[in-house]
Amino acid sequence: MPDRIYPSQPESVYFYGTCLVDLFYPDAGMAGIELLKREGLQVIFPQDQSCCGQPAYNSGYREEARAVVRSQLALFSKPIPIIVPSGSCASMMRNRFPDLFEGDPDESKAVALSGRVFELTEFLVHVLEVDLVDLGPPVNVTWHGSCSMQREMGLREEPRQLLQQLNQVQLTPLERERECCGFGGTFSVKLPEISSAMAKDKADDVRRTGAQILISGDCGCMMNIKGTLEQDGAPVTAKHIAQFLWERTHESG
Amino acid sequence: MSQADFRGAASVAVGDVQLRGNFRRAMDGLMEKRAAQFTDADEEGRLRALGESIRSRSLARLPELLEKLEASCKRNGIQVHWAETTADANQTVMDILKNRGARTLVKGKSMVSEEMELNHFLEAEGIEALESDLGEYIIQLAGEMPSHIVMPVIHRNTGQIAELMEQKIEGAPYTEDADELCQIARKVLREKFYRADAGVSGVNFAVAETGTLCLVENEGNGRMSTTAPRTHIAVMGIEKVVEHLQDVPPLLSLLTRSATGQHITTYFNMISSPRRPGEVDGPEEVHLVLLDNGRSRIVSDPELKATLRCIRCGACMNHCPVYTRVGGHAYQAVIPGPIGKILTPQLQGLDERGDLPFGSTLCNACVEVCPVKIPIVELLLRLRAEANSPTGDSSVKGSGAKRDKTEALLWSGWQRMHASGKLYNSLSRVLAKTGNLAPGFMPPLSGWTATRTKPRFASQTLHQLARKRGVPDE
Ligand code: SF4
Repeated sequence: MPDRIYPSQPESVYFYGTCLVDLFYPDAGMAGIELLKREGLQVIFPQDQSCCGQPAYNSGYREEARAVVRSQLALFSKPIPIIVPSGSCASMMRNRFPDLFEGDPDESKAVALSGRVFELTEFLVHVLEVDLVDLGPPVNVTWHGSCSMQREMGLREEPRQLLQQLNQVQLTPLERERECCGFGGTFSVKLPEISSAMAKDKADDVRRTGAQILISGDCGCMMNIKGTLEQDGAPVTAKHIAQFLWERTHESG
Repeated sequence: MSQADFRGAASVAVGDVQLRGNFRRAMDGLMEKRAAQFTDADEEGRLRALGESIRSRSLARLPELLEKLEASCKRNGIQVHWAETTADANQTVMDILKNRGARTLVKGKSMVSEEMELNHFLEAEGIEALESDLGEYIIQLAGEMPSHIVMPVIHRNTGQIAELMEQKIEGAPYTEDADELCQIARKVLREKFYRADAGVSGVNFAVAETGTLCLVENEGNGRMSTTAPRTHIAVMGIEKVVEHLQDVPPLLSLLTRSATGQHITTYFNMISSPRRPGEVDGPEEVHLVLLDNGRSRIVSDPELKATLRCIRCGACMNHCPVYTRVGGHAYQAVIPGPIGKILTPQLQGLDERGDLPFGSTLCNACVEVCPVKIPIVELLLRLRAEANSPTGDSSVKGSGAKRDKTEALLWSGWQRMHASGKLYNSLSRVLAKTGNLAPGFMPPLSGWTATRTKPRFASQTLHQLARKRGVPDE
């Protein structure tokens, strides 16, 4: 992946909630918005947004994916960054939109949009260069960097850099940090036996770290690992990195 | 014949604790060895880019290079045969053997001969074909398929191999000492090398310019198979051609370092002719069988042709979290793992093996290590789209064969909900209110909830929260 050239801090940005955050982890979405606002940005959340099209695209239903993405293109027309609190949705928008619209009348729109997409931690580190002040009690956490975040977006150090700014947070890495957790979208229901075996291995890895909280930047993986830990009655909770960062760094109430 | 089914086989394999242990240990070792070979990321990046460009360049001019290869081989005295299908290739081999009056043959390791099911074919013709690569020899004894393209018997541990050899080889004692096991096999094989009428081998790279067949191996059995018998028959897929001799060193380096973490293999054979007058050894005749079997069709697709850049190093399977857990046999294909998931459906058709492209989490671990940078994930996605194509109008064999009416209906419903902001907002609110009532024991959710708690919808969507907290809409 060529090194990306980052813009200087803009005045305003779009926030792309993603469908999983929208339905299952809205607090993580709000936390992402708050983190951006605290840096003095105006955050715009187009209410007509829905989904990046990835579920259909990854399942081989490209026409359906294209129709949904087309409806999204019009909602983000200002030339400002689009911030996505998910490695896999960010990658879909950044890496696959151009191909999906190759030769299509909307191709230039899709290409332009994809160039403005940033994953949240990427944006916090490289564009906003945030300095975080930890206000929370000591805690032991571990980090699951999703496959799309690590390998498709090339974001390995960014989330870690943010977590390491929090001086009361002890970050214990997973033993097999780079191995997939077995989620894979519809893979988890189409090939549940393999998916479960992978999730189980990942959950065991999490337990071995002794962490109280598993942090991730992708809700699919989080749901998968957390669901497995919960089923086993493991005393570990899971949190999206946006929510964790926000909760640790703002004065509540 | 019942349809091969990855999910069924994989779900059995994943429960086999011994098998999973064998693979995990072996793959961990291989990943470590590769990593030790590529400690300089810049060098790795440059070499892989070079590997990619050499292979792409070869494929871009495939017909021309194949003609050149044929001419060069002929000039060197190597006889060249073209085979459209595996049946043609088998028949060609048989005809050569008949001509030469050959009844027995020894084989070096060759994935193309597996693709041809050559052993099966020859057996039916009354020809004795013995695998001489130690791993291949063991699976031949066991009557199994290779479970890995570089290490065919990786699914068995030493104890399991010892047991098999004790049972199948007369007079062989039970021993778990790897050296002793090798000696037992070596004794059997030595005999055969001297007696065999013909030798069959694969080809790792064929150089068009010089008519040189390159063969990479570690045991010396490849050299024996190609030099001791009077006749040598090399079988190769047409994609293995490269243009220049200087294309070989970078590919060789990528191959051995990616495959087994070796800087170079123990043997590297460059075969450029039969025995020449005055030479004391080497076969009297060398034949090259060039197999197409669907490869021309793959090359004609600008995106999918990247599949054929593969140099069969096996790194993609060594690094695959799915392969590691289910092993090679679950794929029920000659070539397992990530490359198998894209190659097999293209060769056999999506109607037969359209299940394979879906058996992946798309984690990209393979793409990260592939020495010729095949975009395996993008090709898996393309093949998924081909499998579910509404028109089936494509050069990909079996396009549209996997399209399922119910699933198509689901996705068109999904489309309707997500392509309209209004509809999405109202339906997502309904889900927030009532989604948690959906029972977890029903498919497809039941696959999920067997080992995980059910995901819980939040009581309000992010859309609702953002609106309430005054986040502007535009
Ligand atoms: S696809 Fe790439 S990694 Fe896999 S065997 Fe072929 S060359 Fe090696």
